Amino acid sequence: MTAFAQTVFILVVMIDFFVLASSRLKAAIGAVAAQGALLALLPILLAPQELHVAHVLALSLGALLVKGIGIPYLLRWAMREASVSREVEPVVGYVPSLVLGGLGVMLAFAFSATLPLPTPEKHPYLVATSLSTVWTGLLLVVSRQKAVSQVLGFLVLENGVFVFGLLLSDFMPWMVEAGVLLDLFAAVFVMGIVIFHIHRTFSSLDTGKLSALRD
Amino acid sequence: MTLHALARAALQLALLVLLPPLLPGLVARVKARVAGRQGPPVWQLYADLARLCRKGEVKSLTAGAPFHLGPVVGAAGALAAGLLVPGPGSPALLSFQGDLFLLTGLLAAGRFATVLAALDTGSAFEGMGAAREVTFASLAEPALFVCLLVLSRATGELSLSGMLGPALPGAWAQWAPALLLCAVALFVVALAENSRIPVDDPTTHLELTMIHEVMVLDHSGPDLALVLYGAAVKLYVFGALLARLTLGGAGQGILSGALGLLLGLGLFAGTVGLVESSMARLRLVRVPQLLVGAGVLSLFAFVLLVR
Amino acid sequence: MLLVVLSPLLLAALAFALPSRRARPLLLLAGAIGHAAGVAWLWAEPGQGIEGWLSLDAPGKVVLATVSALFLASAAYAQRYLRLREDRENRIFVGGLLVLLSALSVVALAQHLGILWVAIEVTTLTTAPLIYFDRDARSLEAAWKYLLVCSLGVALALLGTFFLALSSAGPGGPHSLSVRELVAAGPALSRPWVRAAFVFLLVGYGTKMGLAPLHSWKPDAYGEAPGLLGAILSGGVTSAAFLALARVLQVCGAAGEGEFARQALLAMGLLSMALAGVFIVGQRDYKRMLAYSSVEHMGILAVGLGVGGAAGAGAFFHALNNGLVKGVLFLAAGSIHRSYGTKQVDEVRGALRRLPLSGPLFLAGFFAVTGAPPFGPFFSELTILQGAFATGHALTGCLFLAFTAVIFVGMGAIVLGVVQGDPAGCPERPGQEDGWGNAAPTLALLVASLALGLYLPPSLRDLFAAASATVGGRP
Repeated sequence: MTAFAQTVFILVVMIDFFVLASSRLKAAIGAVAAQGALLALLPILLAPQELHVAHVLALSLGALLVKGIGIPYLLRWAMREASVSREVEPVVGYVPSLVLGGLGVMLAFAFSATLPLPTPEKHPYLVATSLSTVWTGLLLVVSRQKAVSQVLGFLVLENGVFVFGLLLSDFMPWMVEAGVLLDLFAAVFVMGIVIFHIHRTFSSLDTGKLSALRD
Repeated sequence: MTLHALARAALQLALLVLLPPLLPGLVARVKARVAGRQGPPVWQLYADLARLCRKGEVKSLTAGAPFHLGPVVGAAGALAAGLLVPGPGSPALLSFQGDLFLLTGLLAAGRFATVLAALDTGSAFEGMGAAREVTFASLAEPALFVCLLVLSRATGELSLSGMLGPALPGAWAQWAPALLLCAVALFVVALAENSRIPVDDPTTHLELTMIHEVMVLDHSGPDLALVLYGAAVKLYVFGALLARLTLGGAGQGILSGALGLLLGLGLFAGTVGLVESSMARLRLVRVPQLLVGAGVLSLFAFVLLVR
Repeated sequence: MLLVVLSPLLLAALAFALPSRRARPLLLLAGAIGHAAGVAWLWAEPGQGIEGWLSLDAPGKVVLATVSALFLASAAYAQRYLRLREDRENRIFVGGLLVLLSALSVVALAQHLGILWVAIEVTTLTTAPLIYFDRDARSLEAAWKYLLVCSLGVALALLGTFFLALSSAGPGGPHSLSVRELVAAGPALSRPWVRAAFVFLLVGYGTKMGLAPLHSWKPDAYGEAPGLLGAILSGGVTSAAFLALARVLQVCGAAGEGEFARQALLAMGLLSMALAGVFIVGQRDYKRMLAYSSVEHMGILAVGLGVGGAAGAGAFFHALNNGLVKGVLFLAAGSIHRSYGTKQVDEVRGALRRLPLSGPLFLAGFFAVTGAPPFGPFFSELTILQGAFATGHALTGCLFLAFTAVIFVGMGAIVLGVVQGDPAGCPERPGQEDGWGNAAPTLALLVASLALGLYLPPSLRDLFAAASATVGGRP
């Protein structure tokens, strides 16, 4: 199980790199959906010996439905409505964001080994993957210009938080993961609606056009 | 030197000198088959080389010594690099601690000579190709270095023969994900260094879209034969590296080693052919992203090792 | 206690269902009155609540009272406002506001960091569509920036909450997110994780509060939102975020990371005040000016919390004052905006004459918010200053004074420009004359603030001290 979980974590980081480098929105949405589906596997893989089977399965299923299917569908709908398919050149270019992301991942993996964990470690790569994904999400939100890409960045960040929450699922099962999933769904839902309005008002999803308010 | 060692050396040398032209032919055949065509025979390049050697040369009046040195140094560099790669029944013909730096240096020297030859013609097309080539090489080389570093760290050896030798299966058992990432990154670098799709299209006839082909546009006759041969040897070098890496140096005997190498080379050529058939060439502004991506992948593999 | 939380939700559901546009504002008023009644009852008889999850303690009382008072005034104001804006569909507006009321109540009552986080997230999600009430490009831009930045902040706060949970998961730890259990376990919490948690929680809840440098959404959101919403956002939601930070400080202090936390709060507080000063001077839009004033006051709250002790009590007093006075300012500014049709300072003059009720209220609000006696904020800021000097934070005190002086001058120039002069020649929108429907709630808030300044009942004084002590202020 550990080896398989290790593969999942590495794939999650690969997807982070891919989303950082990708300019095709459809591919990026697909990648984040795949990441969500991968994360849905983790509760099963990391389940401790005395597991509550129902909870673990419910969590995995919930994650799959929300992250792997529901939200990507919502984003693709928003894309179709606005007929966008490509990101414009982001504020931080693709190569620099790839480099920055890579640096962040490296630092995360290098230093997470030194962090003392109060609980028995579930998997050596868990904290590092979580922090890398959070960093990637932050980079995406800050540097991308299209509204859909910013929402993708938010999604990736929440994925990272979800991974971290798996550390706590032993003693805080429901609140933790349900909270993340609910937050994700609600936030993205509201964002989707606002995106729809943005498209209607500005005829574009380029948030560079949202620049009337400044000091 | 024992007879065994002599035979081994002779085999390695023979493979290095005689086998390379088979690889581009194999790649072309795979591409043709995927496209539903019959395709040229796999030994087509041998025939082409022989034909070119018999032809005369058209020399430019403006080009001087660098123009003629280019193909020679390119082929020589590639052959010398091939001497460092371990063949069947390792070690390589030439091996010492830190020879991975010599490998990259020899490949770089070959590239440098080609670029000089291209600039020497004074043509705008060649100069454009040269500029593109060095830009992409400056991004691909770090990736290559880090890949070799990953190998070195995983096996604890400092020479190519050591890295790709008996220590390799143990490294695979312990560091499989990192080595896999390293192999993927190395494959991307191989595509870049050998001017294959998605970095460069070897079959295009539009000069504005060429990178490598345009640098050698003005060569003809035996010079062109040397250029093509050198490119084939370079492809063989990368193919052999990847084959040893992925097939784990299986088989220490001469015959099993040779079979393993041939199998690995065949797989390599097949994969290159498939990749070439299924993708289009990337826009030039996207190539740096690909190469930096490969570099980041290999760095990630390195971090996984040192964790 | 549950009445306070649930009744606004029920009324919100009713608001969404009700087809009549005219009747919905009444639901808002009903919700606010019911909530105020519930709060008054709770104040007198705190009850048990739900053990470990929801209960009323001193800091919660302060915030709950602030929210309730502000909501009551805003709901009264909304009666006339929504009737004037009958061209707009107000279903989401009324429903959203009621849900917001419920969420803010949960924040005030929360004794579990998880519930706290959920409630703060709900406040973000429910107010974003409301900012878009005007349905134009600028308010859409403001709503998007608000939604994105605050969601980002809240997501980071979630990570911080997880860090805190992890810190409690060691041997001997309480394995929970209940504030009481975490504080009791104190030294058993893993300190590196508590420190990391505080950083993320400061960033997350600080974004919600609008502390610099995380305040970028404030000028846009407060500038474009209707005055009514601006009042509730700047008085209620920020107080709730402040309470969240205070609870986090409570836990960190118990774990031994209090000193680090306080330093961070002090630094961010002073930075907020400085940045507010920089951006207020020369501001061209009087609603954005109010937003920067909000940033300043959040800075003051953070400084008070960071110094602790008596200054902490001052901070809680200031939270109440800030809520009331911001209500005055935003409601009055809303009336001015509607009458003149523009927010640009250059185009607005003579509000004292054209709006004989809202104009003077705006002027009085300005004096109150910049800390002029005899209004409440003067005394709360004085308490904070005294606390700072008494505990050896002399530099902090001096910087505090300097920044407030700069802001007084900067704001004064703008406000006096707006209210004085001759309104002839300025753009005018018909049918937006001042009326008691607009002005009465605003006046009530101002009077309340004045009353608190003139006479602070000892029970209230004790309440603030108790709040500060609960949060772990130094004696």
